[in-house]
Amino acid sequence: MATMQSLDIRRRSASTEAPPQVRQSAIQVAKLIDVSKCIGCKACQAACLEWNDLKAPIGYTDGTYDNPTDLTPTSWTVMRFTEYERGDDLEWLIRKDGCMHCDDPGCLKACPAPGAIVQYTNGIVDFVSENCIGCGYCVKGCPFNVPRISKVDRKAYKCTLCVDRVSVGQAPACAKVCPTQAIYFGSKEDMIVHAEHRIADLKSRGFQKSGLYNPPGVGGTHVMYVLHHADQPSLYAGLPDDPRISPMVGFWKGVMKPLSLAAIAFAGVFGFLHYITKGPNEVSDTDERKADEMAKGKGA
Amino acid sequence: MSEDKNVVARYTTAARINHWITAVSLILLALSGMALFHPSLFFLTNLFGGGQATRAIHPWIGVVLAISFLGLFFRFFTLNFWKREDTVWMKNLGKVINNNEEGLPELGKYNAGQKLVFWGQSILILLLFGSGIVLWDVYFEDYTTIDQKRLAAVVHALCAIGAILIWIVHVYAAIWVKGTLRAMTRGSVTRGWSWKHHRKWFRQEVKKS
Ligand code: HEM
Ligand code: SF4
Ligand code: SF4
Repeated sequence: MATMQSLDIRRRSASTEAPPQVRQSAIQVAKLIDVSKCIGCKACQAACLEWNDLKAPIGYTDGTYDNPTDLTPTSWTVMRFTEYERGDDLEWLIRKDGCMHCDDPGCLKACPAPGAIVQYTNGIVDFVSENCIGCGYCVKGCPFNVPRISKVDRKAYKCTLCVDRVSVGQAPACAKVCPTQAIYFGSKEDMIVHAEHRIADLKSRGFQKSGLYNPPGVGGTHVMYVLHHADQPSLYAGLPDDPRISPMVGFWKGVMKPLSLAAIAFAGVFGFLHYITKGPNEVSDTDERKADEMAKGKGA
Repeated sequence: MSEDKNVVARYTTAARINHWITAVSLILLALSGMALFHPSLFFLTNLFGGGQATRAIHPWIGVVLAISFLGLFFRFFTLNFWKREDTVWMKNLGKVINNNEEGLPELGKYNAGQKLVFWGQSILILLLFGSGIVLWDVYFEDYTTIDQKRLAAVVHALCAIGAILIWIVHVYAAIWVKGTLRAMTRGSVTRGWSWKHHRKWFRQEVKKS
C-alpha cells in the first residue's frame, strides 16, 4: 500500500489510466542539503536506519570515510567524502547522497510494474514494494544511480523522503537529527528562498561560484543542494553536472512502445487480409499428378 | 510415415521435437517479455504466476531457447546458404504473394523466405541472448555498467520485436501454404506439395528412394 492517499498520486509507474485530479491543493515539498554546513558526522545516516527500522549488515572499510562505501538496499543515504585541492587549500567536500526525488523521475518512467513507483502530488517519489517485481529497470532509468535491488527479496529500495513522516506534518528523520542544521525541509518555494540567503552568505565569504543544485534536466529535484562550487557539481563525488534521463531510456520507454505494438498489430492484420483476399496456397490435383509422374520417372 | 509411398519424409522425429521446444519457448518468451514491455500487456504476468515470477522465469526460458535453437541451427544451416535462385525468387516475391508460382526457379529444401526467417532468427536470438545476459541482474549485475545495461535493454526490446515479427511471418506462411504444417506435426509432406514448392529437393528425394 502506498503511504499517502490515492488522491495524492500524481504519477504511477506503468499505468495507462489518468491519476485522480480533484485534489489541487498540494504544496511542493523539498529537502535542502547545505553541503557547506555538513560536518560529515553521519547522524542522518543513523537516523535513516533508525526511523525506517533498517539494519545494515556490518560492512568493511575501504580506507576512506565513506561507510558504507555505497548506497545499499538498507542504506538509503550515504555521506560521500571528497578531498579537493584548490591551490594551497584542501577542501573536504562532504555530500549526503541518496534519492533526489526528481520532478521527472527516470526510475518511474522505466518501471514496468504498475504502481511499483509512484510520485505524490507533493513531489515525493516512492517505491511501493509490494508491486515491485525486481527487474532493475529503475536502476537503468535513474540518472543518479540511486535504486538498489535487495538480494534478499529482489525488490528495489531507496530513500522515501520519509513520506510517512511528511504525510503527518513531520520533517524527514535526517533533517530532524542534523546537528548543524545542514538539512532543511519545507515547501520547495521556501527552500529556494532559503538557499538564496545561504548562497549570498557563501559568496560574501569568497565562494563566488556557490549556488543551488536543482537540475532542470530532470525537471528540478525535491532534494536540492547548496554547493560552494555549483559550477562543478561533479567535484562532489561525481554528482552529475547536467543529469537527464538517458536518451536510450527515453527511446525505449517512449516511441518504441507504441510503434512496436503497431508493427505487431499491422503484421497480424496484414496476414489476415492476405488470407481473405488472396486465399490459401493449395496444391492442386494437377500438381499431385505431375508429382506422381516425376516420382515414377525417378526425378526425370 | 515415409513408408507411405505418397508422402516425402521432411523432418526426423528428433528435428521435430527440437523445433517444438524452440517454438514453445519462443512463445513463452514473447508473452513473458511483452508483459514487461508495455503496461497494457502487464496482465500477461498472470500466466506465469505474477510479476516477480515472470521476471525470474523469463531468462531461464531464454536459456532453453538458446540451447534448443542452437540445435536447430546446426541441423539446418547448410541447407540455408543463399543460392542464385533465391535472388530470383525474391525478385518475384509479388508473384509468390499472389499465389502464382508459375515460372519461378526450382527450389531446394528451403525457399528464400524460409532462409531469411532462419538467418533473421539466428542473428536476433544471438543478440537477445547476449543482451538478455546483461539484463539478468540476479547473476550478472556486477559485470556491466548502467549505461551498458541501458543499451542492452534497447537492443533486447528491439530484437524481441523483430523476432516476434519474423515469428508472425513464419507462422502465417505455415497456415497460408496448405500442407506445410504436417511437415512439423508428422514429419512428412505430400508429393504434390514437394513438387510444387521445392521441386529440386523433391527430385533429389525421388532419386534417393
Ligand atoms: C535468449 C535468451 C534470453 C534471455 C537470457 C533473456 C533475458 C531477459 C531479461 C533478463 C529481461 C529483463 C526482465 C527479466 O529479468 O526477466 C528480458 C526482458 C525481455 N525479453 Fe528477454 N531474454 C531472452 C530471449 C528473449 C526472446 C526470444 C524474446 C522475444 C521473442 C524476449 C523478449 C523480451 C522482452 C519483450 C523483454 C522486455 C523488454 C522491455 O521491457 O522492454 N526475450 N529478457
Ligand atoms: S525493480 Fe524497479 S523498475 Fe523493476 S518493478 Fe521494482 S521498482 Fe519497478
Ligand atoms: S534520483 Fe533516481 S530514484 Fe530518485 S527519483 Fe530521481 S530517478 Fe528516481
